[in-house]
Amino acid sequence: MFLTKEEEKIFNGEKGEVLERMFRLLVRLGDIYGANKMIPVGSVQVAGVSFKSIGTPGLEFLEDYAKKGAKIKVLTFLNPAGMDLENWKELGFPEDFAEKQIRVMNAFKEMGIVVTSTCTPYLAGNLPRFGEHIAWSESSAVSFSNSVIGARTNREGGPSALAAALCGLTPNYGLHIDENRKPNIVVNVDAELKYNADFGALGSFVGKIVKDKIPYFKGIKNTNTDQLKALGAAMAASGAVALYHAENLTPEAHLMDIKGLEKIEVGEKELKETYAQLNTGENPDIVILGCPHASLREISDLAEKIKGKKMKKPLWICTSRVMKECANRMGYTEIVEKAGGEIVADTCAVVSPIEKMGYNTTGVDSGKAANYLPGFCKQKVVFKNVDELIKVIE
Amino acid sequence: MGDNMKGRTIYPGKTEGEALVSKTPIGFYGGIDASTGIVIEKGHELEGKSVTNKILVFPNGKGSTVGSYVIYGLKKNGVAPKAIINRETETIVATGVILAGIPCVDKINIDEIKNGDRLVVDAGKGVVEVK
Repeated sequence: MFLTKEEEKIFNGEKGEVLERMFRLLVRLGDIYGANKMIPVGSVQVAGVSFKSIGTPGLEFLEDYAKKGAKIKVLTFLNPAGMDLENWKELGFPEDFAEKQIRVMNAFKEMGIVVTSTCTPYLAGNLPRFGEHIAWSESSAVSFSNSVIGARTNREGGPSALAAALCGLTPNYGLHIDENRKPNIVVNVDAELKYNADFGALGSFVGKIVKDKIPYFKGIKNTNTDQLKALGAAMAASGAVALYHAENLTPEAHLMDIKGLEKIEVGEKELKETYAQLNTGENPDIVILGCPHASLREISDLAEKIKGKKMKKPLWICTSRVMKECANRMGYTEIVEKAGGEIVADTCAVVSPIEKMGYNTTGVDSGKAANYLPGFCKQKVVFKNVDELIKVIE
Repeated sequence: MGDNMKGRTIYPGKTEGEALVSKTPIGFYGGIDASTGIVIEKGHELEGKSVTNKILVFPNGKGSTVGSYVIYGLKKNGVAPKAIINRETETIVATGVILAGIPCVDKINIDEIKNGDRLVVDAGKGVVEVK
């Protein structure tokens, strides 16, 4: 790989041990994936934040590097943490877990990373522009930034994203390169898509078939960004889709040639089958919405739906701290709480230790959560649209 | 003897020591105890053995990406292998050895290394010598 004179100095340790290790990591990953050079990144999102995922080894690594003076060079946000960082006690998160999670956050903060933990950085103040090179980690955020915004990122691991943040660079390979952003399979959709859950079911079905390909959707109409967020998240969870195009909806779609590509068809039948497959339980102990983190529109829609009702089971809607502040100000939080629900910030169903909090069956309207909860949190899943979920627990 | 093999540098450094060879991949997270260096994966061919101060030879890593942090933990706790030799270093092991600063070489035909062999490693040059 070509390195500039300045980069050679970092590689040889002239800028200190932290940068040397971090830069070597980027160079080696670049070699493995065939990068020709380093490129500057404008924004980073680091995964590996929940203490549940990184454990004591991860915590100790982060504290060591923070102590050695690691400092970020570009705007850097974090993936969700393992708990609501302000409200954890009330929500029943274990104390020993909380102590470790707070140490993780402090280490990141010392490096200059914005301790806003969310899988939707683009809704919380970290918005890249079209075509900008970035290094993001969380799979749904990677999908959204590549597909809906048209920024460019590979799916980074926790350490490689941290290295990108500390060096301000990433190796030039994969989705940073025009050639690798072309679709290689067409998905013809002929079904009514109304709820986020419908988009989650579509994404779950398609991800399983296309795996790590780049799908080009035809036939999706009248969507908003919340629905595209749900679609991308599900495809990244059931497959490894980091970029999709959708005709008349995403910014690079019109640049793409789809002649001669393999095609798959998705209709009502496939969606119905996917709903059936993802439902592994009944009678949820808790309903968790906001996977990926809810937008303000999703929170206000929920508040409208449950206003004046009383939920018999816990109901969480997970979101970023920024959205929660808006919800507080608009009175949505009060409405949700009066109905027996909680607006939970900084964390989500997938990365929080819900299996240790007495929950065995979780109701979700997210294709991503429905894919991950059985494995990550040992949950049985009730996968329905938001109206049906409310009906089950009200 | 002095059988030289040439591979690729993952992280530089010179060392020599005794080979501990696994014919099967190693998953560090849940596979090796970061505080003792003992292999704890049930049924693994190295189960119960210590990787500490050995030259650990295995085809490639497997399992959770948190494995990178376990490699870092081994080094920090003073129970790391002296070096790692792989057939193909994938990103979990590459990330771990670089964070930790453990010499590592890949693209080596590990079938030619036997348990207990005395190895001299110059990872910066990608060279592994069987004494």
